[in-house]
Amino acid sequence: MKYIVAVIQPDRLDAVMSLLEQKEIHLVTVSNVMGRGRQKGIAEVYRSHKEAGSLLKKTKLEIGVNDEYVNATIEAIMQGAQTGEIGDGKIFIMDLDECIRIRTQETGNLAIG
Amino acid sequence: MNARRVSTGRRFGGSVMTLLAIMMLVLARAAFADTPAEAGNGDAAAVASAAVAAPKVDTGDTAWVLISSALVLMMTIPALALFYGGLVRRKNVLSVLMQCFMITCLVSIQWLVVGYSFSFGPDVKGLIGNLSWAGLRGVGAAPNADYAATIPHLVFMIFQAMFAIITPALIIGAFAERMRFIPFCAFTLLWATLIYDPVCHWVWGVGGFLRNMGALDFAGGTVVHINAGVAALAAALVLGRRAGYPKFVSPPHNLPFAVIGAGLLWFGWFGFNSGSALGANGLAAFAFVGTHMAAAAAGLTWAIMDLIYNKRPTVLGTISGAVAGLVAITPASGFVTPLGALGVGVGAGVFCYMSVAFVKGKFGYDDTLDAFGVHGIGGIWGALATGLWATKSVNPAGADGLFYGNPIQLWIQLKTVLIVMAFSFVGSLVLLKLVDIVAGLRVSELDERIGLDLTQHRESGYTVID
Repeated sequence: MKYIVAVIQPDRLDAVMSLLEQKEIHLVTVSNVMGRGRQKGIAEVYRSHKEAGSLLKKTKLEIGVNDEYVNATIEAIMQGAQTGEIGDGKIFIMDLDECIRIRTQETGNLAIG
Repeated sequence: MNARRVSTGRRFGGSVMTLLAIMMLVLARAAFADTPAEAGNGDAAAVASAAVAAPKVDTGDTAWVLISSALVLMMTIPALALFYGGLVRRKNVLSVLMQCFMITCLVSIQWLVVGYSFSFGPDVKGLIGNLSWAGLRGVGAAPNADYAATIPHLVFMIFQAMFAIITPALIIGAFAERMRFIPFCAFTLLWATLIYDPVCHWVWGVGGFLRNMGALDFAGGTVVHINAGVAALAAALVLGRRAGYPKFVSPPHNLPFAVIGAGLLWFGWFGFNSGSALGANGLAAFAFVGTHMAAAAAGLTWAIMDLIYNKRPTVLGTISGAVAGLVAITPASGFVTPLGALGVGVGAGVFCYMSVAFVKGKFGYDDTLDAFGVHGIGGIWGALATGLWATKSVNPAGADGLFYGNPIQLWIQLKTVLIVMAFSFVGSLVLLKLVDIVAGLRVSELDERIGLDLTQHRESGYTVID
């Protein structure tokens, strides 16, 4: 089992979600985050007080998948989120020790899907 | 020229009384041809006192001033509350709103009990009113011809009450995000009584020495804005900088709030300035129009300066500019033409922008929400600009300014500004230090980090999770 975290541009979320649906990956957690890669951010100005390089708005997806689905998930995210511009984001893949469905107490591969 | 805080009711009240007295005297002489000449003086006195004894309430004037009173209250809650509230961090939004609300409650009662009497009551040595109107004794439905002959005295009182409320509320901008609440309440009460009331009396009270000197302050440039602005500077210095200032400062947490606040301030300011004509008449019209034009000019000016210095016009800049223009036009509104108002507005945009963008940084004081930069500097410019652009063609009871051939008024304005600045700054410093020693003004470092909403009020402005 793997835990996949992807940080993408907010406006790419719809594209990524529909591609994931197509590949039968329905379970996902999405959150609003602030982040920055090698971009310096947009310096904001308030009453002439300049902020240092800012964080930018991003969207984070978290998906737990069985090993068979890892490639499909990554493909979906890459296709949906990639624009070729700086700021497209990153995907992190972690080993997942355990997964439990709260309602039924199922564990492991059954709980993930 | 001893016209000071020139309200139409006041001015016309006096003239109309005199005119009526003279007319009745002439009619009396004509009607009673056999009246001996020596009795003329007695007749005149009797006739004059009969005329003075019955000032008449004008329904239009009264309605307008009542509405204006409500408009000025709105300027504190919620206009200023939202304007300031949107500019602070999320964790401190409630503290600002609460300070505005509590000032409204505290100062209203202080005004009723002693404030009004000190400010406008019978004069003592040109410095303060006595306590004969304490508890609003003698202040009722009948007009007070000294201040506003065509509206009930109570209406004038409540109109002024709203000014007494908003003035200390302006100071909040200087110590936002780091002042303890109860000491804040104590300081507010002391300041209202020992700083606001005397200055109000000097400039607007009958017998006030600045009024007698000829200072022109139509709606409160000196009494409200310079007074509060300079006190704000004192507060910024006494309370010290926020943690992390100036390197790590958070941006406004809710600029839409600030925009709403600024819009409501502009709206309410019509009550502040135009209501100060104390009548529904041509002078009120001049004040209304001048107020509006100055705000427009100043907002535009600040936006342009933002474009020049920061490459983008900003929302915060434009609304700050508009507020600065409103501040500056306050003392001038009943004395200048609409074109003059444009000049006042542009000047406010320029001077306040420079104060906020350049001067504050150079000196390093943490005037958090620019209470001194906007209200202090704007008020000073406005008071002096009155000495430039005032014209008797707008208000015969005022004076001509420098641009109309009279340099004396500018000198009077300058003296007034300096006197009030000195008194307010030193007085506020003393009061702040006093409260600091007795109770402690500033929150602890930890409380400042956690935020005032939680530490001073045990409340959260916004739930994060339901």
